[in-house]
Amino acid sequence: MSANKNTQTERRIIYLVLLVAVALPLIFPIGWKTEVSSYTKMAWELIENTPDSSVVLFSFDYDPSTITEIQPMAEAMLEHSFSRNQKIIAVALWPQGVQMADQAFTVALKKYPEKKYGVDYVNLGYKVAGIVAIQAMGKSMQEVFPSDQSGTKYENIPMLKKVKTLKDVAYICSLSSGTPGIKEWVMAARDPLGTPVTGGTTAVSAPGLLPYVNSQKQLYGLLGGLKAASEYETLINKIGSATIKMDAQSIAHLLILVFIIIGNIKAFYSRKRGAQ
Amino acid sequence: MSGFMTTFGLWLSVFFTLSIFSFLYKDNPFYKLSEQIFVGLSAAYWLVYLYYSVMVPNLFNKLFTDFKGNLILLIPTALGLMMLLRLIPKAQWLSRYPIAIMIGTSAGINMVRYAKTDLLGQISATMINPFASDNVITVIGNILLIVGTICGVYFFYFSKKQEGIRAVPSKLGIWFLMISFGASFGYTVMARISLLIGRLEFLLKDWLHIIK
Repeated sequence: MSANKNTQTERRIIYLVLLVAVALPLIFPIGWKTEVSSYTKMAWELIENTPDSSVVLFSFDYDPSTITEIQPMAEAMLEHSFSRNQKIIAVALWPQGVQMADQAFTVALKKYPEKKYGVDYVNLGYKVAGIVAIQAMGKSMQEVFPSDQSGTKYENIPMLKKVKTLKDVAYICSLSSGTPGIKEWVMAARDPLGTPVTGGTTAVSAPGLLPYVNSQKQLYGLLGGLKAASEYETLINKIGSATIKMDAQSIAHLLILVFIIIGNIKAFYSRKRGAQ
Repeated sequence: MSGFMTTFGLWLSVFFTLSIFSFLYKDNPFYKLSEQIFVGLSAAYWLVYLYYSVMVPNLFNKLFTDFKGNLILLIPTALGLMMLLRLIPKAQWLSRYPIAIMIGTSAGINMVRYAKTDLLGQISATMINPFASDNVITVIGNILLIVGTICGVYFFYFSKKQEGIRAVPSKLGIWFLMISFGASFGYTVMARISLLIGRLEFLLKDWLHIIK
């Protein structure tokens, strides 16, 4: 009973210390630098090396529950794409992805106010059916999205004049936190059509998607979690929300490492005591 | 009025955030209340949201504007209604047909896609010349990739007892699997901490205005 109570108290102390450790760097930022990984660099290179005026597609496949991790990626990648004068089509395979796209565009447009809706970017909205919808986009974009969010017909949107299928976009960037998401874009767009796919995902989903960043280039790089978002911000010289939050993230990781070490030492001694 | 609603919404968010966090101390009525409201609200929200974002644009709008041109939509409509018959015990058997069609279609579509992406694509990605690069780190990485893949797959070969020399790749495979599980755990910790950061940012920024 007493051991149980001790464990309970220890658990609460850990939560409290973690809470303070995460809150303090948010209030008093440290400004630690982030090393850029090869996966993030690869995604950045795809956008960087895509020619001016190319039409590209961003798919917003997440909802507010993962906004902390994915929204900074979306904002940074949109800004990068705008800086390269690429024309952006936004779609969503998740219902709330439409609002996520609007929010990301609002932030990116603060830096690029000259970008015009319909000419430089467009939000085609949500489409149900995941992989089947992507497959259909491979045959005809217009059939899947007869009009944009505001009801403007596909044929009346200037930047979409030459975009018939997914083959006509220079790359696809899926920002996803589950299914449908990056994997579906790889399966239904990259592998059958050859259109390059890159993207960003939550840290939980990243290990399952990293095998697709391979010699076959099924994925052109991958942004996994808040750290990758801050790496991308570093690459585009932006001090964004991910960079600011990384101090808290790093402190929390260090603290967890300390807790793991303490836990192991404690377990070692209690086992030794038990043996005696 | 909109100012009041914004402030009210903010305080409501703060209340529910703190109520959920209170579970870390111990289970309590505030946590229970928040949990129940979240479940109920989510179900209602998704029902309405999906009705307006799926049913209305894809079915009702099309049928009301051009019924003759969209006659084919009556098939999925009928199948959808048959699915709902699960709620009536006597007609429950009819719901098996749309379920069968869904499973069959999904299996058909996914079989081809998964075979190409997850089987052929991944096998091709492992068939590389490990010494093709001038960079030593890349060469080591390539060798680890090939050895790790072969040993990892071999671990799941159960047709012969893995003993003696046959146990070596299997044991190596376990090591690779353990390391990958460790990496996954690390990523999971990172994701959970990110969620905590997100909530704390909300409390410190939007509510308390301590940070900008």
